Amino acid sequence: MKRIIQLTINDKEYEVAVEPNQTLTDMLRYELGLTGTKKGCEVGDCGSCTVIMDGIPVNSCLVLAMQANGRKITTIEGLETEKGMHPIQKAFVEKGAIQCGFCTPGMILSSKSLLDKNPNPTEEEIRAGISGNLCRCTGYQKIVDAVKSVGK
Amino acid sequence: MLPNFSYVRPKSLDEAVRHLDSPENRIHAGGTDLLGCLRERVFGVAKIVSLSGIQELKGITETAEGGLRIGALATLREIAESPLIRSKYPVLAQGAAEAASPQLRNQGTLGGNLCQKPRCWYYRGDFHCLRKGGDLCYAMVGENAFHCILGGDACYIVHPSDTAPALVALGATVRITGAGGPRTVPVEEFFVPPTQDLTRETVLEHNEILTEILLPPPPQGLRSSYRKVRARRSWDFALAGVALALQFRGEEVAGGRVVLSGAAPIPWRSVEVEEVILGKRLDAETISAAAEAVVKNAEPLAQNDYKLPLFRAIVEEELSAIAKV
Ligand SMILES: Cc1cc2nc3c(=O)[nH]c(=O)nc-3n(C[C@H](O)[C@H](O)[C@H](O)COP(=O)(O)OP(=O)(O)OC[C@H]3O[C@@H](n4cnc5c(N)ncnc54)[C@H](O)[C@@H]3O)c2cc1C
Ligand code: SF4
Ligand code: FES
Ligand code: FES
Repeated sequence: MKRIIQLTINDKEYEVAVEPNQTLTDMLRYELGLTGTKKGCEVGDCGSCTVIMDGIPVNSCLVLAMQANGRKITTIEGLETEKGMHPIQKAFVEKGAIQCGFCTPGMILSSKSLLDKNPNPTEEEIRAGISGNLCRCTGYQKIVDAVKSVGK
Repeated sequence: MLPNFSYVRPKSLDEAVRHLDSPENRIHAGGTDLLGCLRERVFGVAKIVSLSGIQELKGITETAEGGLRIGALATLREIAESPLIRSKYPVLAQGAAEAASPQLRNQGTLGGNLCQKPRCWYYRGDFHCLRKGGDLCYAMVGENAFHCILGGDACYIVHPSDTAPALVALGATVRITGAGGPRTVPVEEFFVPPTQDLTRETVLEHNEILTEILLPPPPQGLRSSYRKVRARRSWDFALAGVALALQFRGEEVAGGRVVLSGAAPIPWRSVEVEEVILGKRLDAETISAAAEAVVKNAEPLAQNDYKLPLFRAIVEEELSAIAKV
């Protein structure tokens, strides 16, 4: 049976009718058209579905939409402002950290949550910070370079 | 797609227990393991009973006796970052920090980590194996590189948790509440080996909730550590791991426990290593005897004898390191 939940996504209030077995990923993508959040493994392996919930990154494929009731969510769509792309997004473009782009939204949100806590991470800390996000294209070095370049 | 189910979010333990009136009604903490199992159709579900609205299951607090009470809903991240746990029980903070990925530690709870289902890929896949009520262990003759070398019997899983070995090493207990009222069980007796019953992983009945984890006050001279070896640097389950919680009197090991991960269907207490080091200084001779002892009774499967040198090496390295603390 559908139930209405209320939540804040990218600083905007939403009311959405969701099924108990709907995940947060599916709600974002199919109910709200926020397709920046990607759907990869759906079992917690890849991190492509990462969103920031109440300040911490989680795998939205393992969050039931019902659980997001009353929470504050940031998706990749929430990073750009009228001034343009977020500095981390720019760095990913400039450092060539994007190939197919499937992992990128998750990578950027994990990086953001790392940099918000620790503005000057070491390479080791960056690798730990993005260890829940798998990239099958870049070999990670350029992603690490991009995050490092924002850190300075 | 997840199967269909209804969802309830009770506000009290009593109410939650009342919702667990059928084995198809499943307890939901962080959901990081449960949703994977449901998606892979490892078991069925009718109702999800979320614990997230029950305040008393949260928090980490010191007990009057100087121990610690950890609510079942404390996340792995909270445990890894807790200054109290890091200073008094480093083995547990390290175990939590080594588990899964940042996102999963943000959401996954300690209670859920102890109750998570096995990671055997036949079990998680479309195989109706012994543990699922079938009549064959596919791993025994199939792909068993990540299975057990100790304690296997008809089923050869390894216990997936990185926090459970730490809790066994520290002599922790868990509080459980069910229709029959509360009970307390040492973590060491919480897990059920296949020799006893291979259709269950823990002593919990379907209508019982693990409510809190209790750590005794750290004994005099306690030093503790966790070491985990995995196949890659990003998240991965343990190929081999060792949790140490040893009491030193001067340079001598006066007591304590040595518990292995990645070795057996339950967190595996290595009494063989404990016997070698008890009452001794951790000098080169004792350490090398301990490294031999850890795999003395091992029975590797066709593809996992690589674990023997791994266990020898981590026991040697960790005992050497803890001797120098
Ligand atoms: C990709 C991936 C990698 C991982 N790697 C590791 C690793 O390296 N090391 C490691 O230790 N773990 C690892 N895990 C497991 C992860 O740590 C667990 O999924 C998590 O701790 C479970 O907590 P949860 O709160 O999400 O549990 P849930 O998914 O909510 O529950 C798990 C199970 O326990 C039951 N349950 C939960 N809480 C209770 C309770 N209080 N009382 C009774 N029953 C309960 C549920 O019914 C369910 O069957 C990994 C998981 C994934 C998906
Ligand atoms: S090891 Fe256990 S869980 Fe895996 S196939 Fe064999 S019986 Fe099933
Ligand atoms: S889609 Fe969520 S972790 Fe892979
Ligand atoms: S850029 Fe293709 S998966 Fe990372």
